[in-house]
This record gives sequence, C-alpha cells and structure tokens, in this order.
Amino acid sequence: MNTIVCIKRVPDSATRVKVDSDRTGLDPAGVKYTLNPYDEFALEEAIRRKEAAGAGTVTVIGLGPAATSETLRSALAMGADEAVLLSCEGSHDGLPVARALAAEIAGREFDLLLFGKQAIDDDNMQVPQMVAEMLGLPCASVVVGLEISGRDAVAKREVEGGHEIVEFTLPAVVSAQKGLNEPRLPNLKGIMAAKKKPLEEKDVTLEAPSLELVELEEPPAPAAGRIVGEGAGAVPELVAALRQEAKVL
Amino acid sequence: MADVLAFAEIRDGQVGKAARETVSAARTLANDLGGAVHVVALGGAGTAGAAGGLGEFGADRIMVAEDAAYELYQPDAATAAVVSTVKSGEYAAVLFPASAQGKDLAPRVAGRLGSGLATEVTAVATEGGSITVKRPMYAGKAIATLRFAAAPALMTVRANVFPAEERPGAGAVEQVPGIEGASRVRVTGFEASERDQLDVTEASVVVAGGRGMQDPENWTLLEDLVEALGDEATLGASRAVVDAGWRPHAEQVGQTGKTVSPNLYFAVGISGAIQHLAGMRTAKVIVAINRDADAPIFNVADYGVVGDLFEIVPALAEEVRRVRQDG
Repeated sequence: MNTIVCIKRVPDSATRVKVDSDRTGLDPAGVKYTLNPYDEFALEEAIRRKEAAGAGTVTVIGLGPAATSETLRSALAMGADEAVLLSCEGSHDGLPVARALAAEIAGREFDLLLFGKQAIDDDNMQVPQMVAEMLGLPCASVVVGLEISGRDAVAKREVEGGHEIVEFTLPAVVSAQKGLNEPRLPNLKGIMAAKKKPLEEKDVTLEAPSLELVELEEPPAPAAGRIVGEGAGAVPELVAALRQEAKVL
Repeated sequence: MADVLAFAEIRDGQVGKAARETVSAARTLANDLGGAVHVVALGGAGTAGAAGGLGEFGADRIMVAEDAAYELYQPDAATAAVVSTVKSGEYAAVLFPASAQGKDLAPRVAGRLGSGLATEVTAVATEGGSITVKRPMYAGKAIATLRFAAAPALMTVRANVFPAEERPGAGAVEQVPGIEGASRVRVTGFEASERDQLDVTEASVVVAGGRGMQDPENWTLLEDLVEALGDEATLGASRAVVDAGWRPHAEQVGQTGKTVSPNLYFAVGISGAIQHLAGMRTAKVIVAINRDADAPIFNVADYGVVGDLFEIVPALAEEVRRVRQDG
C-alpha cells in the first residue's frame, strides 16, 4: 500500500487573527504554526495502512513557504517515509494549488492519495476534489471510515444527519474528517529517525489565481451585549427580550 | 454572459431550504446582471415535480435529470450534469449550497472546468460586470473579499445567509437525458445517525453544551430545551466535550468542527475558547448561560445569564414552552 498524503502548514487554531497592514494577509507576529489538524487524520490513516500491510511507503507532499519543511519533518516523525516540499508562497486560491499538486502527483505511482478535508486557514475545502478531477481519479470527501479489501474501497462520508456509503476502486483520493482515527503523537524515536529521512525540495511557480484577494478584514467586533440577570429568576426577562427585542422566539 | 446557474440539492426526493436559498441567491445575482436563472436538479422519480416549485423562488428554466440511480446523491453524475450545462450556456456564475452535497460537488465541477471557486460565501456583489464575494477565512476570524478573474464564477453559498424569497420566475421544467460517462464512485447507501436530529449547520436555533454540563447524562436538560424550542432547533457541542467523547463530532461547533449562522444560539456551560467563538460568532442572536461572569463567551453574547445552568436551563425550557403555547 503506497500512499501520498498532502499536508499544509497553518496557523494553530488558538491563533488570534490580526490582519496585516496590506490588508491581504495575516500579521505573522506571535502566530504559532502547526500541521493542519485534518491532515493529521489523513497521515495517521496512511501510516496505519502501511503498518497493517507491513509494506509500502508513505510520501508526504507539502506546498508552501520554506518553513513548510518543519511541518514535513513532523510528518516524517509521525511515521511517513519521505517528504517533498513544493516551495512557493502558496495561495489563497485552491485552483492553482490543486494544479501544482496534480502536476507533481501525476508522475507517481500510488494506491491512495489522502488529504485533510480542508485547511483551517483559508477553509477552502476544495483542493482534494479538484486534484481528483485533474487526475481523473475516484474521490470521496469528508471521510470518517475507510475499509479497503484488495483494490475495492468503501468509505463512510459525513453528511447532514448521517453518513453516505461510497464505493470505489483504487487508486483513489480520500479527504479525511475528524473521527477517521485517533492520530498519534510523534515520539522521540520518530523525531530522531525523521532527521535522516529524505526531504526533497522543489521550487514551483503557481499559476495566477482565479480569484483576486481584494481585501482581508477582521469581522466587526460584536455589539456589546448585556447580562440579563443571575440565576433562574432572570429567565422570564431573557425570554421576553428574545421575543420582543430580538424577535427570535 | 449574464445568466446564473443554480444547483438544486435534492435530498430524500425533496427540495429543501438549501435548494430554495441557492435559487434565491442566484435570482438576486441574475437581477443585478440582467440575466436569467437556470437550475439543474438530479433525483429519482418525482424530482421534476419537486424541483418545479423552485419557479416560485426565481428559477426561469429548471433542467431535471430523473433516474432511479440518482435517488442518492451521485457525485460523478452530478458533476457531469453541471459541467455539460455550463458548457452549453454562457453563465456568469454557478451557485451551489454550502451543504455536504454542494461542498463535495462544487470543487469537482471547478476542477473539471478549470474555474475559480469561492466556498461558504456570505455576500455577493457585482461591479462593472465583475463578481466579488465575501467569505470567511480562519473559521470566521477574518473575512476575505475576492474578485473573480473570469466567468463562470463558482461559489457555494452558506446556509441561513441568503433568505429564500418568493419571487416567481418563468419556472419552465424540462427533462434532460441521463448523464453519460462512467461513475468513478457509487454512493450505495445512507446511514442515518442514531439520533434523528437536524444538523447543526441547518438549524435556525442551536442549543450548544460545554464542559459546564459536567456529565454526558446531563444532556437530557439540553434535549428538553431543544424540544421546547421546536422543530427548527438542534443540539451543538464544544470541542472539549466532543474530545471527551460525551458528544459526537457531528455536533461540534468551532474551528475544527462546524461553522454555524443560526438565528439563535444558546451557549450553555461553554466558556468561549477562541476556536469555539470562531464557529458561532455569526449567529444572529447569542445567549450565554454560565456560572463564571468573567467567561469570554459573555463578550460575544447578546444576552447573558450568570448562574447555575442546572437551575436556569429547566426554567428556560418551561418558560419557552409557556410563551410558545400562548403564541
């Protein structure tokens, strides 16, 4: 079982977002970066499948600035075998990113191409399906369960009110949702071993974005609310306010 | 190049809020551009009748592919249907709902057409023929304004943001032939969740519980409040209680869960970690119930009640029932 996992370096979910002076990006001061949380599920799935099969390789591909190599190193520490950095500035737009990833992946042989279902920075949630279309591969998105037997796969995909059962054959693209597995933490042995694993760096040039980022702004601060009161005694006033003032009941 | 295409989501043979909101958003955009609204729908027998009702929400031309094979959402058939429709017309924009179907489908269509896609769009505007949109990034901690470089402008529109308005269009229904091309994936079944409840992204009222609930068994209190609030209400949860295994991930609101924009959001025993606030701050009205008067959740709440939730929540359910009965 050979798998490729595409990962992204993103600001940690505890980051307080501050827009930079150009109003098109984040002010990097104080931002802590991490492996995109959904990519952890994708990576864990790849490593488990390799361990279960006792054979195969797990290749991680990260597209982004040079510092992405740190994130790739942590993926190697979790148990991936080799890493590729597609070095570029990255983009707010999914289409050029998907094109660059598809171009890199097109020449590779693999059984499973895994992604996190979305990156928690731009929240585009589009690159996995786009890459699948560009490569002409079956694709299941937002997957919380995956059974593979031979070349046949059955995925459980999270939808409103339940799960869809999706059947396809390998090679295929799967995007991982929380719940697929319980990702491991890298241990010291893994961290040491990761230093010796191959990490190839390639410069890539992204196509022009299909969407121009005109402006990034912080959402308006919430209007000051009010404490209606304390304890159960405040309930009638709360309900009256919800009905008469806010008109939502 | 002024027409707008809308993908009408059919679920369980029904046209729901997602389809009506998408068509309404398409109507608004088409009016700005001076074009017509076309609709594509795929479903089993009876879909033409169900989708025909979208004429009342502004659809001029409704193209329906009816086939028993489409009773469940089939991604490849839907992709082929939308792509071939886009290629046969001159569309300025293609709109999808930001639902499980729409979020799966729109990137497939974008990838095949090589067109740009903006997801979870919360506002659409036109200026000099070009289309700009607003969409949240960083789970709503920032709002991006994006301008499409070329047509068609593909987008998924966030639930509860574009209201379904009755503005009749021509509403002409036509059956289109089955979709050619092999399916790479087959959706073969649907497993309903154990609890039959509205998804947290779809509900107009959300009652979310956090660690302050103390024990998963105490959720009966929140279930009772949901019941009192009616059919449009559902349960939500903080990451802490999902990670603790008290509640399913499907209920999680926040940056690694779902982003919701209901009319009314109750945060019960939720302190208000930044990653939770990111997922619910666009709710129209936020009510916080917490023992700690200094909890950050009170900074975003429109109304707060400080105190013991185990006393407040049952009293609230009772009062809601009383006023709803009185009308």
